[in-house]
Amino acid sequence: MSALITRPNIADPDGFYARLLATHKGLSEGQSHALNARLVLILANHIGEAAALEAAMVLARDGA
Amino acid sequence: MPYDYRPFDYVPPAGLREAEPRHPVVIVGAGPVGLAMAIELANHGVRAVVVDDNNVVSVGSRAICWSKRSLEILDRLGVGQPCVEKGVIWQVGRTYHREAEVFNFDLLPEDGHKMPAFVNLQQYWVEAFLVARAVELGVDLRWKNRVTGVVQGADHVALSIETPDGTYALQADYVVACDGARSPLRGMLGLEFEGELFEERFLIADIEMEADFPSERRFWFEPGFHAGQSALLHKQPDNIYRIDLQLGWDTDPEVERQPERILPRIERVVGHRDFSLDWTSIYTFQCRRMRSFVQDRVIFAGDSAHVVSPFGARGGNSGLQDVDALGWRLAAVLRGEAPAAALMAYDCERVHGADENLMNSSRSTRFMSPGAGVERLFRDAVLHLAGRADFARPMVNSGRLSKPCTYPLEAPDHPALPQAARPGSVAPDAPQGDGWLIDALGGRFVLVAFGEAPELPGLPVLRPQPNAAVIKRWLGSEVTALYLVRPDQVIAARWVSASAEEVAAALLAAQEGRT
Ligand SMILES: Cc1cc2nc3c(=O)[nH]c(=O)nc-3n(C[C@H](O)[C@H](O)[C@H](O)COP(=O)(O)OP(=O)(O)OC[C@H]3O[C@@H](n4cnc5c(N)ncnc54)[C@H](O)[C@@H]3O)c2cc1C
Repeated sequence: MSALITRPNIADPDGFYARLLATHKGLSEGQSHALNARLVLILANHIGEAAALEAAMVLARDGA
Repeated sequence: MPYDYRPFDYVPPAGLREAEPRHPVVIVGAGPVGLAMAIELANHGVRAVVVDDNNVVSVGSRAICWSKRSLEILDRLGVGQPCVEKGVIWQVGRTYHREAEVFNFDLLPEDGHKMPAFVNLQQYWVEAFLVARAVELGVDLRWKNRVTGVVQGADHVALSIETPDGTYALQADYVVACDGARSPLRGMLGLEFEGELFEERFLIADIEMEADFPSERRFWFEPGFHAGQSALLHKQPDNIYRIDLQLGWDTDPEVERQPERILPRIERVVGHRDFSLDWTSIYTFQCRRMRSFVQDRVIFAGDSAHVVSPFGARGGNSGLQDVDALGWRLAAVLRGEAPAAALMAYDCERVHGADENLMNSSRSTRFMSPGAGVERLFRDAVLHLAGRADFARPMVNSGRLSKPCTYPLEAPDHPALPQAARPGSVAPDAPQGDGWLIDALGGRFVLVAFGEAPELPGLPVLRPQPNAAVIKRWLGSEVTALYLVRPDQVIAARWVSASAEEVAAALLAAQEGRT
């Protein structure tokens, strides 16, 4: 059992999604990639736990 | 003052006139590793011959940062004091992004150790001290003796050696190849050097100037004075400063080597022209190692066995740890006290050490010199965040400085004792009256006892004074403990209490390399 939460865990999914897009608004594609990279690092630190991070990376890589 | 290079005397070797008797050990290369090896063997009663194709110490300062563990080893070899006295002691490193400090580290936040975290001292000084010590011990040092051929026999190695007076042959029970990164011996034996070459170029310059820069390591990512690249500054003795400037892979080394290119670059770093160039070089990085460091009767140590990028100071320092792990074992094999198989423990331990160094060094290099695309994206993301959020700071990687690894031993352990003193680790130092525990350990097997100690013939018992540092580093919350410490001051096994049989079994296993 991985420590990664994969069941819905965000109270307002549509609201979150809209906020994510809004955060990128007005940025070039390059700037958006850079923002995403920073966001990954910030969220990864918040999670902290190696097993959860590992499971997240495996899930993200799946099908790529 | 620039270093005054004095050539050592070449003396025509006896072997030019008549065949020499077989030597126990011939060491090829009188760099820091070969010289240290010869002294270590002499301390264990083995007289080695050292041959070197040159007749001066390292030209250019090359290695400057010597770690605490290296200083402890050099001290055991008899040159620790001059190195610390001559060198610049430091322990704090600061990393900047543009103008802001984004990360710093303190390599020895606690006191109660004989040796400092790091000393900056030009490689030529370390070699000069080692040569003087080797001469004092009567080591057979042969300058201008170049090995041109090697043949492995069933019970010996045969070397062909070229001198200004012609060629001669030498035979040895063992050859230790300390002949540097380009190791001719490795080539002659047709052995591979496996790993990565990084597509990056650095300019390295030693300059002499009057300045009152702090005794700290300072590293900049994308500084204003060297746009878009990175830079490193170290203080050395005699008003000499080391500056490393990243140049990028697409620069032309021949052009960059010209003083008219170098001078304005340095001027932008230090802010004036009031300095002189002492030594400059342009280098690329490699992170490589041999698959196995023991090849029958030829044993590789130092840069001949493994090379890393300089960030982290893991080259010369790891070479001295090779000497530490090999010397006592080779001496025991030559004395007939240990089977030749004991040498495989050297291979196993130092391959482990080399892999740790290679991993750290390639991670640092990748951060400093990221590949185009996602590597660059994340590197820049970390730097961007480092000024804004604490968590990103420890991800900023300008080099992780050399620390001895813990060898993966299968040995008796009592895990409730302090983690830093677990088997495979270097025994922690602590004050002992006017002296130091590290000195009391010496260079032999010793049983360090807190409480009852079983008596074993030929195994001295050391009872440290249990002061606060000793209790913290050796006992933790336990009241009794027994540590078996090897001649290289690595902990071989530990218990809270043990019978004579248990200690004897651990001792034999360590001597025979079965751990
Ligand atoms: C720019 C730079 C900075 C560095 N900074 C650091 C640092 O801060 N800290 C650190 O620990 N390390 C550092 N290093 C690494 C360090 O210099 C090396 O790891 C160290 O010199 C290795 O020592 P060695 O004795 O194995 O090899 P070497 O010093 O290369 O010595 C090899 C010797 O073998 C001799 N030889 C070669 N072929 C033959 C032959 N056929 N016959 C006889 N003799 C031969 C050579 O003349 C030479 O004397 C740095 C290196 C560079 C280039």
